[in-house]
Amino acid sequence: MMNEPILQMKNLEVDFKTYAGTVKAVRNVSFDVYKGETLAIVGESGSGKSVTNQAIMKLLPQPPAIYAGGEILFGETNLLEKSEKQMEKIRGNEISMIFQDPMTSLNPTMKIGKQITEVMRKHTKISLGDAKKRALELMQLVGIPSPENRLNQYPHEFSGGMRQRVVIAIALAADPKLLIADEPTTALDVTIQAQILEVMKDIQKHSQTSIIFITHDLGVVANVADRVAVMYAGEIVEIGTVDDIFYNPQHPYTWGLLGSMPDMNADKKEELRTIPGSPPNLVHPPAGDAFAARNPHAMKIDFEKSPPMFEVAENHYAKTWRLHPDAPRTQIPEVIRNRYIQYNGGDQ
Amino acid sequence: MAEPILTVNNLKKHFGSKNNLVKAVDDVSFHVMPGETLGLVGESGCGKSTTGRTIINLYDKTGGEILFDGKNNDSLSKKEQKQFHQKLQMIFQDPYASLNPRMTVFEILEEGYDIHKLYKKKKERRQKIYELLESVGLNREHANRYPHEFSGGQRQRIGIARALSFDPKLIIADEPISALDVSIQAQVVNMMKNIQRERGLAYLFIAHDLSMVKYISDRIAVMYKGKIMEIGDASDLYDRPFHPYTKSLLSAVPQPDPHSEKERRRVGYDESMHGYNEDEELKLRDFGNSHLVYCSQKEYESWTV
Ligand SMILES: Nc1ncnc2c1ncn2[C@@H]1O[C@H](COP(=O)(O)OP(=O)(O)OP(=O)(O)O)[C@@H](O)[C@H]1O
Ligand SMILES: Nc1ncnc2c1ncn2[C@@H]1O[C@H](COP(=O)(O)OP(=O)(O)OP(=O)(O)O)[C@@H](O)[C@H]1O
Ligand SMILES: [Mg+2]
Ligand SMILES: [Mg+2]
Repeated sequence: MMNEPILQMKNLEVDFKTYAGTVKAVRNVSFDVYKGETLAIVGESGSGKSVTNQAIMKLLPQPPAIYAGGEILFGETNLLEKSEKQMEKIRGNEISMIFQDPMTSLNPTMKIGKQITEVMRKHTKISLGDAKKRALELMQLVGIPSPENRLNQYPHEFSGGMRQRVVIAIALAADPKLLIADEPTTALDVTIQAQILEVMKDIQKHSQTSIIFITHDLGVVANVADRVAVMYAGEIVEIGTVDDIFYNPQHPYTWGLLGSMPDMNADKKEELRTIPGSPPNLVHPPAGDAFAARNPHAMKIDFEKSPPMFEVAENHYAKTWRLHPDAPRTQIPEVIRNRYIQYNGGDQ
Repeated sequence: MAEPILTVNNLKKHFGSKNNLVKAVDDVSFHVMPGETLGLVGESGCGKSTTGRTIINLYDKTGGEILFDGKNNDSLSKKEQKQFHQKLQMIFQDPYASLNPRMTVFEILEEGYDIHKLYKKKKERRQKIYELLESVGLNREHANRYPHEFSGGQRQRIGIARALSFDPKLIIADEPISALDVSIQAQVVNMMKNIQRERGLAYLFIAHDLSMVKYISDRIAVMYKGKIMEIGDASDLYDRPFHPYTKSLLSAVPQPDPHSEKERRRVGYDESMHGYNEDEELKLRDFGNSHLVYCSQKEYESWTV
């Protein structure tokens, strides 16, 4: 898996100027994306997942957004230094993105078929006839029934899930090197979701596409991810292989996240676990560990000093003081340990 | 036995013209008991939202009848219809689109009271709205803010508070948690269950996250192309699915565990696998314990052995 990275994000900082002050939405974020891999990004609502990825596409409106630091290397070049004109060539062509809200990426007054063919014709030299044929294929690929009739309909005549599949078809139309998918299957039912995930994996196998997959569905993460990055309050707090994150998570926020998902065997009488409290205000990010106020095991230093990334194992890092050699040993919560034991037949 | 709060008989909603007819809801029957949660699942486009929207009268139905609190919606006077709408609320699939961005939360919640001429005294009204906010885990300081100043989860709770402002007996919740992150989903679901317990509310809960649907629902209905394929007690349906579409749906649910995900085998579904003859009667048949499955007599016999 660990071949050369196609994308290297180094110490990215993104701020937003607002009336209430400067929001530090992305704080010192670094990660690599390797050729042909799927990196899942999970994390609390508002933790900076979408902003981080919109920065790769340089899609954030400036103002209010400010790229306050860091670099994003795509191959040899720093995307942050590209002009808008150069970015237009890259967008939807070498890097394409599926947005969180399908309605914002579809034009409500244009027929679906035309929307797909326009994207293709913008990025590649393809005849209208061929583009139409390809549009039909793509609609079939993402599981839209009787696509011939559907091409002539408008977005409001589609159900929520069908609209999202059209958006996915458009993103795949350009055969990109890097596909950024922001909650692509959230609006879909499980059957179509499974179908779309298979389509994405197939395309990935064929063309060695790299995928950044943002989702809050941990079932989907378990299914698609090679590696997982966990974000909290604008930072990556843990990153590792999918097995590291599910079976040997180290950051207390990762524990909270894994703990709040019901599985199919959840007891109905028990309340679902939640993470009490709310995330910090990023106009004044806390001095210490951003999760400290919600962490029942927080130590004094968690409130005073921001922890560095500690190496847990090769390729597995977590940003928490509990990994400091001098910190008292704390246990991974039982629910998560049990899962580890269940699937690996031993303790860690 | 108590009477159902909602009964839907042979409901139909078709869209489009003769040569491009979409039978979004095609002869659907079910009921919801007071204080009960009925989960409604099925593939995208199978007609879940349309069922909900037709029940609340947002669409004119093509056929069938809807009984709410024992009364037929068609035979109601204007005044009774108003009451009908008050006691039957819907939370919409898209939390962004359903709240007016130019109104404060207070104004959004007040609107329901205005429409139905409730709590006309200023002080009483303010009190009611504060109570409402607290019941969904928000606080009174939130009342003067605008929707965009809230996170997705908070916004969804405003939608729920708005529905609750009418003191309904049934809430149709159309994918109320799909857009939220896991820990907030858990918060909203816990909250919905608590309010249900306190007020004896019933829910028609539309969703595609089957783990969450199983957790929240007493019974579940599985819909496919406008029809109900299987309906029954939640755990019974999961443990003992009969219809191949239900089996296919359950096999597609991703589990939050990488190892089981590597091994999970999905079973497909194709309508033609039934091999029905022209003259076979297809209908919901009883497999015991109020577990109904849409099938032919032949299937019924072979599935029950
Ligand atoms: N245009 C903007 N102006 C000001 N603040 C913004 C803007 N866009 C995003 N933010 C802030 O940046 C932070 C990160 O937002 P982002 O959309 O990346 O979150 P997310 O992790 O994708 O959340 P979700 O899971 O809800 O999609 C949030 O605090 C958000 O309020
Ligand atoms: N206003 C409308 N005009 C025409 N067709 C419509 C309209 N609303 C829905 N439909 C069609 O009716 C069918 C059912 O749509 P509906 O929105 O009820 O599906 P759903 O089960 O809620 O799907 P999803 O899970 O994707 O939200 C679809 O084929 C859809 O295209
Ligand atoms: Mg986002
Ligand atoms: Mg719907």
